[in-house]
Amino acid sequence: MPQIFYSLAFRRHLLQFSVLGIVAALFWFLISNAITNLSEQRIASGFDFLFTEAAFDIGESFIEYSSTSSFLKAFQVGLLNTLLVALIGNIFAVFLGTFIGMARVSSNWLIKKVSDVYIETFRNIPLLLQLFFWYVLISEFLPSVREAEPYLGSVFLTQRGLYFPFPQNILEPTAIALFALISLVMIYRKWRKSNRFDFKPLLLPVVLGAFVLIFGRPLEFTSPMLAGFNFEGGASITPELGALLLGLVLYTAAFIAEIVRSGIESIDRGQVEAGMSLGLKPPLVFQFIVLPQAMRVVVPPLTSQLLNLTKNSSLAVAIGYPDLLNVSNTALNQTGQAVECILIVMLIYLSFSLLTSLVMNIYNKKTAIPGEAR
Amino acid sequence: MSELILRLHEKLPQWKSVTWAKKNLFNSIFNTILTISIGLLVLNILSSVVSWFFLDATFQGDAKLCRESGGACWAFIFEKSRYIIFGHYPTALVWRPALFIFGVISLFGASFKREFWGKRLFWSWILWLTFSILLLDGRLLGLTHVETTKWGGLPLTLLISFIGIGCSYPFGIILAVARQSNLIVLKTLSVLFIELIRGVPLISILFMASVLFPIFLPDGFTIDKLFRAQVAIILFSGAYMAEVIRGGLQAIPRGQVEAAKSIGLTNSQTLRLVVLPQALRIVIPPTVSTFIGMFKDTSLLVIIALFDLMFTTKSSLSDSEWLGFAREAYIFTAMIYFVCCFSMSRLSKKIEESMPSDGKKGKGVSYGF
Repeated sequence: MPQIFYSLAFRRHLLQFSVLGIVAALFWFLISNAITNLSEQRIASGFDFLFTEAAFDIGESFIEYSSTSSFLKAFQVGLLNTLLVALIGNIFAVFLGTFIGMARVSSNWLIKKVSDVYIETFRNIPLLLQLFFWYVLISEFLPSVREAEPYLGSVFLTQRGLYFPFPQNILEPTAIALFALISLVMIYRKWRKSNRFDFKPLLLPVVLGAFVLIFGRPLEFTSPMLAGFNFEGGASITPELGALLLGLVLYTAAFIAEIVRSGIESIDRGQVEAGMSLGLKPPLVFQFIVLPQAMRVVVPPLTSQLLNLTKNSSLAVAIGYPDLLNVSNTALNQTGQAVECILIVMLIYLSFSLLTSLVMNIYNKKTAIPGEAR
Repeated sequence: MSELILRLHEKLPQWKSVTWAKKNLFNSIFNTILTISIGLLVLNILSSVVSWFFLDATFQGDAKLCRESGGACWAFIFEKSRYIIFGHYPTALVWRPALFIFGVISLFGASFKREFWGKRLFWSWILWLTFSILLLDGRLLGLTHVETTKWGGLPLTLLISFIGIGCSYPFGIILAVARQSNLIVLKTLSVLFIELIRGVPLISILFMASVLFPIFLPDGFTIDKLFRAQVAIILFSGAYMAEVIRGGLQAIPRGQVEAAKSIGLTNSQTLRLVVLPQALRIVIPPTVSTFIGMFKDTSLLVIIALFDLMFTTKSSLSDSEWLGFAREAYIFTAMIYFVCCFSMSRLSKKIEESMPSDGKKGKGVSYGF
């Protein structure tokens, strides 16, 4: 045995190079196979197909889409649908989860037990099964469009979905409201910092208010009306979207509740007692001492749950909601370009999670206990 | 009004149950309102659930009888339960998967007893699973051969989960150690793999295994679809396992490694004898949660048309004689999944309790709600 084999540095390099070699050989093998297979089956490769006619319909879409639109447009529709589910789902899941998590540490036995049963039930049944269940419940066991009775005047819960009154000119007022909200938050923050009222930032909302009064229009609500075989007017949530949202929210909320609970319980008793001895009432101790510290424990696993919900929204494919994965699957069947379609989907999901972890790292740095290097 | 309540409070007898209720249900006005309103809601839901589940339910008879009764149709479940649980496995040979499930249940029960914990239990699990695969297949034991395409239902779900657990655990350890090492190539490869897998949904990986993978193989060379799905599941949960184990590795104080080195252990000995045993023990609870997650995730196999429990449940619904009893079938299957997952999480809790802990920090503190 040559002397060199006893050298640690040599062995380390040998190990690394051999692993690298094996991985590279494997990749080369797979890719060369793929290239020969694809050329034999006469399947085109590359992303040119994105600009050809898609020739399939998509059930629901925000943007103008028809079967003559391009594949690129179809992917856009899918992506927007996924983002819609992720946005609405995450908002509701966080609210419900926080609520149940707080109920879990309540001193009220009944509330505690109810939230316990909720958490255990929804956590221990596969999400897919829950989705199927809600979908069947909505599409088979709700009243048909003709038999549906209105709730609260003009909300209809039917087999074909939930119909409710909705303003037709939503975009403009929302933008204005969002603008007003942001400026209000800015004023509040400035006011908290200086502790005295500053009139300068008020200028923006006043100008904005005048702007709204002059150019803005009030919301124009329309209510769903039965017209022939379906409702017209208002807005609706299809059974697919409804079941998907319901399933995702109820499932993820159970996990978020556990995270919130463990966050609250991670705070040392002494902190609570110290707060009490300062004369703070229990709810105030919770608000000012427990919650801010618990957030540090809660936020990292919470973001991973939000990401999970986003990734789990791809189960839409099982109940027929046209999300990103579903659209990509249809495109795959249409064109046969499996590599490209799956690559697009994976890259988009991957960018979601990379973006999230980037934001998370910034948050962790900001909220880390000073002096405690992570 | 408040005086009246106060006087009523004093007049109540000092029974144990009364003091308990006062402390845990009616300790403030807010809580009293909450208890009464939630209590009424729960009673309302429970009564309708009980009447649907039991009182109005049909336990025997045909679909027509079920539709007339208005309650749950458990007759449908009795009719279909064999198919839902065992899939297309030949009726005469159903004792084989049944034996497999029975063995799993008894081994699982034994795992709850502390005195059984140890190497022997571990090897019993491995032996039983190997034997079960041979039993389900039949050839090597001299029994009738049953092809994997006929395996289905609960045995398949269990088998895929257990093999997935068995393989993804060591795979996760390798990945985690590689990620923590200072060998730059191994570290980069493992980080890339872990982040790539964790960044995409499982279903897209399953699609990749079922649709994309055949393209990457030489012409005429095929691999069983079940096997491909199994590998996909192992790779997927291996990446999650690796992150859990990395958490354990990071929790080991530096002093441990330095102490091991100072008594002359080599790198691999330090890892094998000092670091890993402690790290793996710390992360037992999150490891079990990952396994539970994987068990639930096997239900996604239905989407790529493999005959797991979810698939048999769904296909039992398409019997034209028994249309419209989807709720019952889903509830039945949900109960099976629930029992499996819930008992696994109980086991994890038991293991957690047997480990030394840093005390229950803020448990039992009241914040006035």
